[in-house]
Amino acid sequence: MARASSTSRKLTVTVFAWLVGLTLFFPVLWTVLTSFKTEAEAIADPPSLLFFNWTLENYVVVQERSNYFRYFWNSVLISVGSTVIGLIIAVPAAWAMAFVPSPRTRGILMWMLSTKMLPPVGVLIPIYLIFRDMNLLDTRTGLIIVMMLINLPIIVWMLYTYFKEIPGEILEAARMDGAQLRNEIIHVLTPMAIPGIASTMLLNVILAWNEAFWTLNLTAAKAAPLTAFIASYSSPEGLFYAKLSAASTMAIAPILILGWFSQKQLVRGLTFGAVK
Amino acid sequence: MGRITLDQITKSFGEAQVIPPLDLTIEDGEFVVFVGPSGCGKSTLLRLIAGLEDVTSGEIRIDGKPATDLPPAKRGLAMVFQSYALYPHMSVRKNIAFPLKMAKLPQEEINRKVENAAQVLNLSPYIDKRPGQLSGGQRQRVAIGRAIVREPAAFLFDEPLSNLDAALRVNMRAEISELHQQLSTTMIYVTHDQVEAMTMADKIVVLQAGVIEQVGSPLDLYNHPRNLFVAGFIGSPKMNFITGPEAAKHGAHTIGIRPEHLRTSKESGEWTGRVGLGEHLGSDTFLRVETEFGEMTVRTIGDFDARHGDTVYLTPDPARIHRFDESGLSIR
Repeated sequence: MARASSTSRKLTVTVFAWLVGLTLFFPVLWTVLTSFKTEAEAIADPPSLLFFNWTLENYVVVQERSNYFRYFWNSVLISVGSTVIGLIIAVPAAWAMAFVPSPRTRGILMWMLSTKMLPPVGVLIPIYLIFRDMNLLDTRTGLIIVMMLINLPIIVWMLYTYFKEIPGEILEAARMDGAQLRNEIIHVLTPMAIPGIASTMLLNVILAWNEAFWTLNLTAAKAAPLTAFIASYSSPEGLFYAKLSAASTMAIAPILILGWFSQKQLVRGLTFGAVK
Repeated sequence: MGRITLDQITKSFGEAQVIPPLDLTIEDGEFVVFVGPSGCGKSTLLRLIAGLEDVTSGEIRIDGKPATDLPPAKRGLAMVFQSYALYPHMSVRKNIAFPLKMAKLPQEEINRKVENAAQVLNLSPYIDKRPGQLSGGQRQRVAIGRAIVREPAAFLFDEPLSNLDAALRVNMRAEISELHQQLSTTMIYVTHDQVEAMTMADKIVVLQAGVIEQVGSPLDLYNHPRNLFVAGFIGSPKMNFITGPEAAKHGAHTIGIRPEHLRTSKESGEWTGRVGLGEHLGSDTFLRVETEFGEMTVRTIGDFDARHGDTVYLTPDPARIHRFDESGLSIR
């Protein structure tokens, strides 16, 4: 009896999990499918799921109309650049908070996180004006800076939780062994925290890659990344669902592939410390 | 050389003073054990000497040179931690070589010293393994190897054996003592285990609440404890204490008598008691005896045939009675 009930229970849970998974995945699947339809089929009612005339025409048009690789390259530079600079700043910061905490450390961490709760649009005008005055509008440098600042609290928090797991005695041993602070961080702390740093990096690249608010508002043509590339197809002069879908597919494909290959790291990163 | 002098050092964490002004001199080549109950400040004291904690006031001198403000690396001391604190991402070889690499020694010299240390500590077969692949005892030896390659002025051990099982602990105890014989370098060893203290030390420092209760050789502490705390802490099983009229007979507020200094008889003796618990180990017999002064522990050599409820007579060795005054200080 117990066995039967646990099997049916397992079945229920499995079906439920699949339903949730498919619900989450469906919009992505629909976008990919639509990108292979003609514009007419894309708005057909009722929509056809698989039985339509598969075509690559949308991709050809999209690539002809706008240079995909320029946007792609901007996305890569902005997401990787902001993550690397963010890490360089966050590693020492997280080190200090994890290993030489002061009574205010908790408060500082909460304060950093609270900046993520602020609606970005609230600071759009000041940042826009600062960027205009510093000639950073529509530059990759500007976007790298803004992405780095926006994700810094998350990078610091994630690294802080990883560093917390490293026994302090090992760092003290390094100090006794004659390591200066720089060597302690380079030779002992960082190698031990590599898995954590890797998943922090991955998550941040993904966050920066997907970020649309700042990239849309602070770029025009030169520094525009893939988010702006997608947006440029949702134009008011007519709905081109199929082309919009093709552009979206091209924009999410790289990050989807990256995410697929590093899902183990990501899951470990997001649940690290939750269970020992 | 490794003469360490602590001059009026204190340590406070915020408002709480964990070490009131303290003076101590550790001579070159000595094996000194800091012993005391948990929270007595023995580890803090070691960390102050190491430089891992800053002293609040006072001065530390190593070989006569002021070391109070030197960072740990500049003090020329090596430390072995309770958790071993090995670098998990490095092989045994790299772990041992790390301090030498930090000191920027030439590679050939590093290799030679690492090979030497590995040989001395029987680590050669594991030299390319990671700490995670080693047993507790092997890890402990790697930690010691990492300490000895630096040829430090003194070794600091922070409860290094407490993570090992009983049998291995006895072996490692002997190995560390032997290492001290070989190197004759100053060693400071922190433990809460008084057996470790008694077996290894040249000099024991008994601490309680950050205060040095007594400094002396193991037998000195055993034979002449300065106060009730030391008398009760050193020796296993614990010394029996008697207060009241029986103590007054000896002209003291409290008298103490060790379990091994009570003669046990079934026929006659000075004190009468009833056996509570008997532990028969073959080589010794430990009896808990309920007497008119309270429960007393007795140790007899060999087997003593006494069971629960038997009446036994105890006679203290008069030369071995310790006398203490009202403040708990020993009366000589």
